[in-house]
Amino acid sequence: MLKLLQKIRSIVNKTQVFKSIFRHGYPDTDGNRALVMFSNVILHLHPVRVRRGALKIKYTWCLGGLTFLFFILLAITGVILMFYYVPDTRRAYNDIRDLGTVIYFGSLFRAVHRWSAHAMVFSVWMHMTRVFMTGSYKPPREFNWVVGVILLVTTLVLSWTGYLLPWDQLALWAVTVGSKMAEATPFIGAAGPFGPELGRNSGNDMAFALLGGTVVGQSALLRFYVLHCLALPLITALFIAVHFWRIRKDGFSGPL
Amino acid sequence: MSEKISEDSNALSKQSKLAQLIKKTASEKIGPENTVLVWPNLVYLELIAIMVSVAVILFLSLVSPAPLEELASADTTPNPTKAPWYFLGLQELLVYFDPWLAGMVLPTFIIIGLVLIPYLDPSPLGKGYYTFKERKFSMLGFGFGLSLWWVLILIGVFFRGLDWSWYWPWDDPHFHQPAGAVKLMDLEIILQSTLGLSEAPLTTLGRYAITKANVLTWALFLGFYGVGFTVPFLFFRDFYRKLGFVRYNLTMFFFISMMGVPMKIFLRLLADVKYVLVTPWFKF
Ligand code: HEM
Repeated sequence: MLKLLQKIRSIVNKTQVFKSIFRHGYPDTDGNRALVMFSNVILHLHPVRVRRGALKIKYTWCLGGLTFLFFILLAITGVILMFYYVPDTRRAYNDIRDLGTVIYFGSLFRAVHRWSAHAMVFSVWMHMTRVFMTGSYKPPREFNWVVGVILLVTTLVLSWTGYLLPWDQLALWAVTVGSKMAEATPFIGAAGPFGPELGRNSGNDMAFALLGGTVVGQSALLRFYVLHCLALPLITALFIAVHFWRIRKDGFSGPL
Repeated sequence: MSEKISEDSNALSKQSKLAQLIKKTASEKIGPENTVLVWPNLVYLELIAIMVSVAVILFLSLVSPAPLEELASADTTPNPTKAPWYFLGLQELLVYFDPWLAGMVLPTFIIIGLVLIPYLDPSPLGKGYYTFKERKFSMLGFGFGLSLWWVLILIGVFFRGLDWSWYWPWDDPHFHQPAGAVKLMDLEIILQSTLGLSEAPLTTLGRYAITKANVLTWALFLGFYGVGFTVPFLFFRDFYRKLGFVRYNLTMFFFISMMGVPMKIFLRLLADVKYVLVTPWFKF
């Protein structure tokens, strides 16, 4: 059986189609194992060789990689959810309910999206903790730590903007709590220190900019939808790219 | 022609320098005997991690689908209204601080503080391995802030119920807790009455009538920072010398501000202090 599979593989590997896609043989020789890292767009995030220490699970706990995995899962399930969801206060709630009742696997996609979001928030904190504990922010990696902090913030804001979209009681009031805080921003919030002195009122302050109005309503839903499905994922992906690029450039910190 | 040659030799020497450099770093750090090929060693590890995590996520999704409550309505406010769990630490701070501090200033300090960490910690020790002994201050400082963050989240998730009151796991979550007889007071009022200070303002600053008690609260507040900045400067000279003037002051500012958060919580819990500082524009 194994022999047969190996035979099939060696035939497949020699076909024009296989070669046209992968540009080299199956990575079972050192040469091809190096080539696969150069010629595959996803794998080329990696170097060809790593130090043994970098493979220690007890060093990274895989946390950065898992954060990235959850981001990918969120992107995939998020696109599927977008097919069924319209950011209109009159139908958003029903669209979400339909996912659980009439759409094949709708409930599953929604659950995976939600659990991945929780998991990403958790693992990004844990990853930061690991990076701190191993002192990996020290030169030359200072700037990548800064990029990391930006990713931490975008991750949290991504989760928070997504929280509003189901347009249920949980969503509305969780975001209302947040908008009350925006209202209290010093200098630019209507209820914040020196806000009124500087002419801020409920029609021109920070909370108004966030919600596109004075209450969490249609404009807020649209804003959060666009931020959640377009702007923030793009920004996050961009900074993840920078983050990975810098890991390659700065070298990985692990032990020998 | 000669230009071309010199250019070439220039390039050549650059190249050989580069080659030397590569050889040197390679022999120092990543000699082939210390490295392994990423395929299969790392790639397979990643594949296993991906499969396990996806299995866990799928399992959780099947046993516990995403919740959907009633349709959003501005007319009925749920009690309590809780933010998502990762912001419950900040929401819990609302018990002790006004929203401009809990929701805006403190998070901003946290973010700026995190960004500054690599630039404030000059010690080359403990890079690339776990160690507590070689970097006690940074480990304790970071660990303290992180624990504070997670403890507040846990309180928000598990111990807060109706009216944001404290609920033990064995309390019935459907009944309101009896309203306590606690009467919170501003620090300046407490000082005024215990020390018998006059209520007459010493001077006024716009809407701000500055009393003796008022000055005292400012003195206490600034004294907290003052002591925090001075004591390590005087008694931990080595700590100061290693950091230098700028790093020291930034580090201490964020460190003292962080310690101020539990300080305020204790003042509130143990001495019923509502605000430490009161001005017409902000309360603290
Ligand atoms: C979307 C969020 C993030 C993703 C996807 C991500 C991904 C990764 C990955 C895959 C690595 C390789 C090593 C490992 O897996 O631990 C890494 C390393 C690193 N990350 Fe992140 N990260 C994120 C957020 C952060 C945050 C919040 C910080 C810190 C504030 C941070 C700082 C670093 C640093 C300094 C390294 C280099 C570590 C070393 O060389 O040992 N990252 N990141």
